[in-house]
Amino acid sequence: MAELTMIEAIRAALFRALTDDPDVIIFGEDVGIDGGVFRATDGLIQRFGASRVRDTPLSETLIAGMAVGAAAHGLRPVAEIQFMGFIYPVLDQLANHASRLRNRTRGRLTCPMVLRAPFGGGIKAPEHHSESTEAMLAHIPGLRVVVPSSPPRAYGLLLAAIRDPDPVVFLEPKRLYRSTSEEVEDDGEALPLDKAFVLREGEDVTIVTWGAMVAEATEAAQQLAETGVSVELVDLATLKPIDRATIRSSVEKTGRCVVVHEAPLTAGLGAEIAADLAEHCLTSLLAPIRRVTGYDTVMPYLRLERHYLPNTARIVEAVGGVMEFA
Amino acid sequence: MAVRKTSKKPNVSKDELLAFYREMLLIRRFEEKAGQLYGMGLIGGFCHLYIGQEAIVVGLEAAADEGDKRITSYRDHGHMLACGMDPKGVMAELTGRSGGYSGGKGGSMHMFSKEKHFYGGHGIVGAQVPLGAGLAFADKYLGNDRVSFAYFGDGAANQGQIYETFNMASLWKLPVIFVIENNQYAMGTSLQRASSSPELWTRGAAFGIPGESVDGMDVLAVKEAGEKAIAHCRAGKGPYILEMKTYRYRGHSMSDPAKYRTRDEVQKVRDERDAIEHVRELLLQGKHATEEDLKAIDKDIKVIVNEAAEFAKESPEPALEELWTDIYAEA
Ligand SMILES: Cc1ncc(C[n+]2csc(CCOP(=O)(O)OP(=O)(O)O)c2C)c(N)n1
Ligand SMILES: [Mg+2]
Repeated sequence: MAELTMIEAIRAALFRALTDDPDVIIFGEDVGIDGGVFRATDGLIQRFGASRVRDTPLSETLIAGMAVGAAAHGLRPVAEIQFMGFIYPVLDQLANHASRLRNRTRGRLTCPMVLRAPFGGGIKAPEHHSESTEAMLAHIPGLRVVVPSSPPRAYGLLLAAIRDPDPVVFLEPKRLYRSTSEEVEDDGEALPLDKAFVLREGEDVTIVTWGAMVAEATEAAQQLAETGVSVELVDLATLKPIDRATIRSSVEKTGRCVVVHEAPLTAGLGAEIAADLAEHCLTSLLAPIRRVTGYDTVMPYLRLERHYLPNTARIVEAVGGVMEFA
Repeated sequence: MAVRKTSKKPNVSKDELLAFYREMLLIRRFEEKAGQLYGMGLIGGFCHLYIGQEAIVVGLEAAADEGDKRITSYRDHGHMLACGMDPKGVMAELTGRSGGYSGGKGGSMHMFSKEKHFYGGHGIVGAQVPLGAGLAFADKYLGNDRVSFAYFGDGAANQGQIYETFNMASLWKLPVIFVIENNQYAMGTSLQRASSSPELWTRGAAFGIPGESVDGMDVLAVKEAGEKAIAHCRAGKGPYILEMKTYRYRGHSMSDPAKYRTRDEVQKVRDERDAIEHVRELLLQGKHATEEDLKAIDKDIKVIVNEAAEFAKESPEPALEELWTDIYAEA
């Protein structure tokens, strides 16, 4: 086993997928010779050749649309969009084609494609280079939205996404690309999609989160443990479809829930989770569900980023609030 | 120095040459300073330097008139300085300070000046081009004879919305000049590897838009081509394409592994085609200026750039409340 960063784990998964399945192809802007903006595809063109690892012209709509067509024909394209903020023109292909092909053709055509995109804050760049708009994607029926929070989960979930028969948007928290290394076994084993991971068991409060916020929530859980509050930490991992069962059973046990996401508050996924708990776990709830999120504002540049991003202190405070309530 | 089309007997005054020299040098020194500040961690995210391409904006601004408009991508510092925006405000925006053109909220890619008719700095590659057509549409609608410059790169030239823009701009005879800054690379992907034809100036042919290829390292050639394009637009004949053959000396942004080209390639352009060296030689050979005169200009510019950098370091950070301002109009 090797210690890998998340970016290395992603590269290892891509390497494995290209090795195992000749139908897997990679394309996107600068993914070949340059090895990708964040080096996720570094070395792949040398190993697998320019017919399978393709530098495309600068055209996001085309990248997504070609992926849909190639997938409908049976290939397994893994396309890269350099930053999530460049995905807006791609939404047309995702919403109008990729996600509906199976339904529209009654299963005669499918779309086994993966669209990878780095997302979230942490590099102090403004707007499209740092925002988190996963809720927009999660709103689209037929699309899977997956977010890893550690190197092993990046490896296992990306393999699962590539092997999945339906379209997956794989959002990579760029802040975690190189922040830590963990043991990753490059054994070709996928992790399950549509399944939340309980990363830490606890009794008093459930924190549901994903991506880069998992690290902040882990730190918060440790601090809270020292004050006698026991946190159960759920990494949602697949944001659509949501693993409602895992969240519900955790909250039925703890009676309290805090949802944490970087994305803005209004119509964020925290709202969906809170509504689901209100509908299904009302009698278990001891306190109102709290959300710790980014704000309903434009993702700011440099100096203001740290104020925008939820952090350990804000999570600890929110958990304190629900513990105080009851 | 390679022989240039216009350098044989340049029909240009001493004052104009000196102004070109000064303006191009200001951009270059400003960018070098920005690079330093980035290295010191004072600039966040990305910072795309314009070094090497200075002649394009300086030449076109010399051809433009008051009220003409410009819009460009994220590689925008040169455009702002050339249209007369304050180096202090630009540098302070790079460092995310409240004295910046966007109050520290926009960064390197997002600055604007209504007074100077500079409609941004835009981070989404190619997306500024339809906006440029919109500016031109508004001028035509309002019945004035102003023109708009819509700048974009060789990489951006492959975005579909540019061709939608070409079609309508031509159909509606919009006074927009499409300036393709062909520096031969889009990030790490060279033009040859991304474009089915290297002649970007012909890309408007299917829409009936005239185009020409210009030595974008020769400020005199740029100005001349700019004047021609402007005359075409002002005469109501619709859009025009100028493909500027140029080169960026630095990496795509400040983080660039530069695996896609050799050092020699960069050095060769610097040695043989540099736009500032070109004007410098014209000044010296034409006895319009002495080495001392040029050194004095250099010194002036250093002062301007250092003042901008000082301002950008001292200007206060935006207040926390700024997170919530300018999302909607104040009630
Ligand atoms: C829609 C979109 N796709 C990708 C990017 C990332 N990106 C920024 S600049 C760039 C290359 C653009 O090259 P070119 O148009 O030639 O302009 P240059 O950088 O050479 O000035 C890329 C791929 C982006 N900002 N926006
Ligand atoms: Mg370019």
